[in-house]
Amino acid sequence: MAFTRGFHGRRRSDVDPARLPPGQYETNAFPVLSAGPTPHTPLEEWSFAIGGALGEARSWTWEEFTALPSETVTADIHCVTKWSKLDTSWKGVPVDVLLAGTEPRGRFAVAWCDGGYTTNLPLEDLTGGKAWVAYQYGGEPLAPEHGGPARLLVPRLYFWKSAKWLRGLNLADQDEPGFWESYGYHNRGDPWKEQRYWSD
Amino acid sequence: MLDVPGWPGHLAGQHVDVRLTAEDGYQAQRSYSIASPPESERLELTIERIEDGEVSSYLVDDARPGDVFELRGPIGGYFAWHAGLDGALALIGGGSGVVPLVAMLRHRRAVGAQTDARLLLSARTLEDVLYREQLRDLRDSSVAIHLTLTRVSAAPADWSDAWTRRIDREMVAELGPAPGADARFYVCGPTPFVEEAARLLVGLGHDARSVRTERFGPTGG
Ligand SMILES: Cc1cc2nc3c(=O)[nH]c(=O)nc-3n(C[C@H](O)[C@H](O)[C@H](O)COP(=O)(O)OP(=O)(O)OC[C@H]3O[C@@H](n4cnc5c(N)ncnc54)[C@H](O)[C@@H]3O)c2cc1C
Repeated sequence: MAFTRGFHGRRRSDVDPARLPPGQYETNAFPVLSAGPTPHTPLEEWSFAIGGALGEARSWTWEEFTALPSETVTADIHCVTKWSKLDTSWKGVPVDVLLAGTEPRGRFAVAWCDGGYTTNLPLEDLTGGKAWVAYQYGGEPLAPEHGGPARLLVPRLYFWKSAKWLRGLNLADQDEPGFWESYGYHNRGDPWKEQRYWSD
Repeated sequence: MLDVPGWPGHLAGQHVDVRLTAEDGYQAQRSYSIASPPESERLELTIERIEDGEVSSYLVDDARPGDVFELRGPIGGYFAWHAGLDGALALIGGGSGVVPLVAMLRHRRAVGAQTDARLLLSARTLEDVLYREQLRDLRDSSVAIHLTLTRVSAAPADWSDAWTRRIDREMVAELGPAPGADARFYVCGPTPFVEEAARLLVGLGHDARSVRTERFGPTGG
């Protein structure tokens, strides 16, 4: 390992190192990473759709969506730009609820969003209690710059996979790189394996 | 300024990750935009010292010529520009957000591109403007440069047409080009600044897809 002369760093004694993936540091702020302007979709125009390689497509209006069974989730989130935020609290609909009774034919999904952003995930990372479509953060409606009205929440992957301004999931039998994934970011993005970029 | 053996080359606008390692193995990593154009042999980074900043204060106060750092990169293919792209180049930077934009303007000049180029820059005071002298030169050549200073009460004598307030609709309209014209917008700086600038651009009627953003950090400037 190459040391940096004179660098001591500012360790924080109160962080359990087992909760920070390699190369991450804890922040209490909530930084923002987005590729373009923040979209502002009125709730009357908002809907959520599940389509692609599954039996029957489904969609919900905002009212229908927020009436679905929801969960409150406390999770640590890890951004590829190195910050981690511990014990964040969200409310949202489990993806398992959205997919209940459907028969996905493939193993992949693309999350698509207002503003044209997409991100790809293996279905396995979206099901089994690992992913939600969140519309509250810290007990408040999710702010637009953090992805409101609703965003994907997949805490076990780097946070760009938790797509903001989410409008739907498209299931697929083939993996297709999403937005950041086609601009040099890792296809899967597991923070514990430090899968940040293509070369990782 | 860094010499990077085996540097694979980069695009203007990309960044690197810098990793510092203490003697006990503790590490801290942060991202820094590349200020030098692809044509330059050495890699130049410009770091703004953030009060209590773990990495920026080390790099600004303690790093010396001859020190060795671990770098990863270049990273980011979206917030990037090269002279082969068509359309006007319209840049909006807040504070150290000017760094990747300077790389774009240097690249444009290095290859002699005729691209219509404009820059709107926000800083606290004239002394806080990074690349002040280079920007003056660019302004004298062919880049339209607009400046706003947020912490002064009157425009300085040597930049007498500077505004003295936070970025607003008038400045973004002045930057141009008009909505509908073929242009690429690159907006970079502290998160609240970028949010506001991007919101103003979309509000003026620019296509959101023509606006690329890079947000540097959580707090305002
Ligand atoms: C893609 C990208 C490119 C970047 N390019 C540059 C660059 O060219 N030049 C440059 O100087 N910085 C750049 N940054 C910001 C840089 O990565 C660090 O965030 C910054 O240097 C602060 O790190 P630190 O360790 O000194 O502060 P930390 O110890 O991480 O933070 C100390 C305090 O400062 C606040 N803070 C953190 N970052 C910022 C910020 N950017 N602005 C204001 N307050 C902040 C934190 O909330 C905290 O309260 C870039 C960031 C990104 C994501």
